[in-house]
Amino acid sequence: MKKLLEVKDLVIKFALRTGEVTATNGVSFTLKKGERLGLVGESGAGKSVTGFSIINLISKPGYIAAGKVDFLGEDLAKIGDEKMRSIRGNRISMIFQDPMMTLNPVLTIGTQMTETLHQHNPQMGKEEARNIALDKLRKVYIPSPEKRLDQYPHEFSGGMRQRIIIAIALLTDPELIIADEPTTALDVTIQAEIMELLIELCETEDMGLILITHDLAVVGQVTQNIAVMYAGSVVEKGPTAQVIAEPQHPYTQGLIAALPQSSRHGERLNQIPGMMPTLKDIPPGCAFNPRCNQVMDICKTETPGLRPGKNGNLAACHLYPPGQEEQG
Amino acid sequence: MSDPLLTVKNLYKHFDISGGFLDQIGFSGGKFTRTRTLVKAVNNISFELKAGETFSVVGESGCGKSTLGRTIMGLYPPNSGEILYRGDRIDGLDHQRMLPYRKKMQMVFQDPYASLNPRKTIRQALGDPLCYHNPQLNDGEVKDRIDEVMLQVGGDPQWISRMPHEFSGGQRQRISIARALIVDPEFVVADEPISALDVSIQAQILNLMMDLQQQYNLAYLFVAHDLSVVEHLSDRVGVMYLGTMCELSETGILFERPRHPYTQALMSAIPKLTGGASDHMRLKGEVPTPINLPSGCVFHGRCPHVNQRCIDEIPQLCTLNDGRQVACHGVEEGRI
Amino acid sequence: MSTHGKFKDSFLWYSFKRDKIAIASLLVLVVLIFISVFAPLIAPYNPYDPEMIDIMNSEIPPVWEDGGEKAFLLGTDSQGRDMLSTMIYGMRISIIIGLGAVALQAVLGVLIGLFAGYHGGRLDAFFMRAADVQLSFSYLMVAIFMSAILQAIVGVARFGEIAVPFLILVIGFSQWPQYARTVRGSVLAERKKEYVEAARVAGFTSARIILKQIFPNTLSPILVLSTIQVANAVMSEAALSFLGLGMPIDRPSLGSLINSGFEYIFSGAWWITALPGLLLVILVLSINMLGDFLRDVFNPKLYKG
Repeated sequence: MKKLLEVKDLVIKFALRTGEVTATNGVSFTLKKGERLGLVGESGAGKSVTGFSIINLISKPGYIAAGKVDFLGEDLAKIGDEKMRSIRGNRISMIFQDPMMTLNPVLTIGTQMTETLHQHNPQMGKEEARNIALDKLRKVYIPSPEKRLDQYPHEFSGGMRQRIIIAIALLTDPELIIADEPTTALDVTIQAEIMELLIELCETEDMGLILITHDLAVVGQVTQNIAVMYAGSVVEKGPTAQVIAEPQHPYTQGLIAALPQSSRHGERLNQIPGMMPTLKDIPPGCAFNPRCNQVMDICKTETPGLRPGKNGNLAACHLYPPGQEEQG
Repeated sequence: MSDPLLTVKNLYKHFDISGGFLDQIGFSGGKFTRTRTLVKAVNNISFELKAGETFSVVGESGCGKSTLGRTIMGLYPPNSGEILYRGDRIDGLDHQRMLPYRKKMQMVFQDPYASLNPRKTIRQALGDPLCYHNPQLNDGEVKDRIDEVMLQVGGDPQWISRMPHEFSGGQRQRISIARALIVDPEFVVADEPISALDVSIQAQILNLMMDLQQQYNLAYLFVAHDLSVVEHLSDRVGVMYLGTMCELSETGILFERPRHPYTQALMSAIPKLTGGASDHMRLKGEVPTPINLPSGCVFHGRCPHVNQRCIDEIPQLCTLNDGRQVACHGVEEGRI
Repeated sequence: MSTHGKFKDSFLWYSFKRDKIAIASLLVLVVLIFISVFAPLIAPYNPYDPEMIDIMNSEIPPVWEDGGEKAFLLGTDSQGRDMLSTMIYGMRISIIIGLGAVALQAVLGVLIGLFAGYHGGRLDAFFMRAADVQLSFSYLMVAIFMSAILQAIVGVARFGEIAVPFLILVIGFSQWPQYARTVRGSVLAERKKEYVEAARVAGFTSARIILKQIFPNTLSPILVLSTIQVANAVMSEAALSFLGLGMPIDRPSLGSLINSGFEYIFSGAWWITALPGLLLVILVLSINMLGDFLRDVFNPKLYKG
């Protein structure tokens, strides 16, 4: 299948007043057309920054220090602002966690949708834009879209708003959607509906999806492949089912074991001691070594690259023999 | 069976959001009327809690679960109903008569960043309530007790001279738990204590709560929306929808085979790690506002098994053979 | 103390070091306050001492003008008082009234704001309507009214003795709603936070929660407001004195000095009005600049947006 996006050795730094910190340290992953990839990690792992950097939306003190973001042959890390605007919100769309932050409260849904269309295609007629908007609202299963189009964001429930955000993201028929915690603010029953909707849309529209979340279960339900991030690096990646069933990296193992499971009611949960280091004090060697239950001497000095684990998942861990470091 | 530690009987809590007197005046049908807008957050909730037990209240946002916890803690005065602690009524007590219960009942909050006063050192955060309730303690005893509690929650006694902003979310939640524990409570309301924390930290805090429960025979009222956590932790679970309790049962029984249609929908929506095709049961429509509660069963507008009786008559909790309580006409009649 | 070390690492200190205007304002302010506090030691003459005033020395221009004398660096006023000394003493009175009025406003406004905001309901409605009524009166109107009555009661001669506390009371009482509103606003935001609920769960009385838990968290806006209010109070005092309702001419503040020199401005003695005017501008400007700086630091949203 055709390659849609390739992020390679992406290094993002933040120039802070106390000095420069590295937010991501050589992140690489690829996404095929129509593929759904989960970017999983705890807060501060660098997953959101990675997502934002793809469409060049890192806020001021942050910048891409090295690496490339290849989107259908074009390096998004290097193209100018002008060109980026023709891609962002057009060929690559973004969905955020809080729908109220994205929707303008004083404009109707219809105005906001047609505005977006005009932004990317100034020649488009009013009628046509409205029809496209209606079509997208139907796609996300908004009941009676003709009526809803003239309503304001506050007239919708949280779940409906998130559907509208998705409809707006779909307007320009993007090839890739980056969704940053799209279901975190939602209730479980609504979360389940939004997840189903995302899967369905990716399949019918042949869109790629990068799902950024902290929730392993959500990723398990939605995506085909997964990249687990820790302290600014990808520590494990592979097919979702395989990573969850047989995690190779001790961090992924710990994370999955820490989830409450019905079979072990009332028992102590498996806990990873300590907490993730802040970007300022990432330890030398493997960033996970102070918390790892299988730590070796080498972990404290050498940073492991990604390499195949026992089941073929790539894991950045010294437990597995080096040598076949992944290229690309 | 021992006597219950906490008994809640027919509790109602409505909030008046109609604003000032002038805002309430309306004009309709040729005359002025005064209308009040009430959010009916908690409606006719009854349950019991035994010493050392974990009772969880689950439900989606706006179902009134947090209001229930706060009303029990006396943060909101109930509109009607009774709250009994070891058989004594504690609702509507004045400040002085409530004080002895404040030592026995404590609370852990959701947001570790808002629940500690940003201008108080940890020593003040822990020492103030301790000294307030035990004025006879001298400085040395206070310090010993703070150190002791800090160690119990997996903290470091060195922390106490620092300010809250110097700690991570997980550490702050440990401090919040320490603050609740320092007065030696028997009963703790935990309002979403882990939902603001990262996954690997959640497990640490849950383990801590379970350890402390064993050590001190604490009873928890655990308010949460995360069903898998609730299943892991609780002895009994109550499911709330729109301010009412729709199903209440022992955890194992409930999760194995939910009976109320809402519980069934809720359970089917839990994302499963193993993925695959979801058997998610879709609900039609959306949660109505708690301002205009539906007639009859509050769930009737979204229920796949609705009939005329559900629209007309409010179902009461009735006990089934397996000990669970369900408020559903369909279950009662045997059609679900 | 460890707090000192913390202050050196704080954002306040960091921003201050980089803000030249703030540094300059603080320097000017510190110098002015220092001069005011030690006025008897610094001023070359005592303007309150009739022995030192000679009417023959009246309207001597500043030293750099023709006819200037070295003994009177900034010249003299129409009564022959040394301008420099009179201005220093005038500034001292202006600052005393400014600080006193703000202290009164703050105590009243903060207490009302804290309790009204926390308890809400009728108490809140009552005080906030009272604040609206208060603000709808111009303080000038109140001051004119009050001083007219007071002067009639005690007589113009003795009015000078009670002018300072009178001005403090008038300016203080007319401006408390500013504090009450600001504090009430922060209390409404703070009261919803979980630490307040935690304090209630701990069983603290509401007075204790208000004063010990919430009050420390409203200090930043109070500090910002105070700088602006001190500047405003100094201005108000100057305005009242300029209108002849404030300090008498034998114990002049900056405002009454400006007023007293006003009639000589066209006869060529511009310095009697202009120099105290300039000092007033410098004093108020340095306070306001410092207030702007504090506001930016404590409320980053205002300038980042």
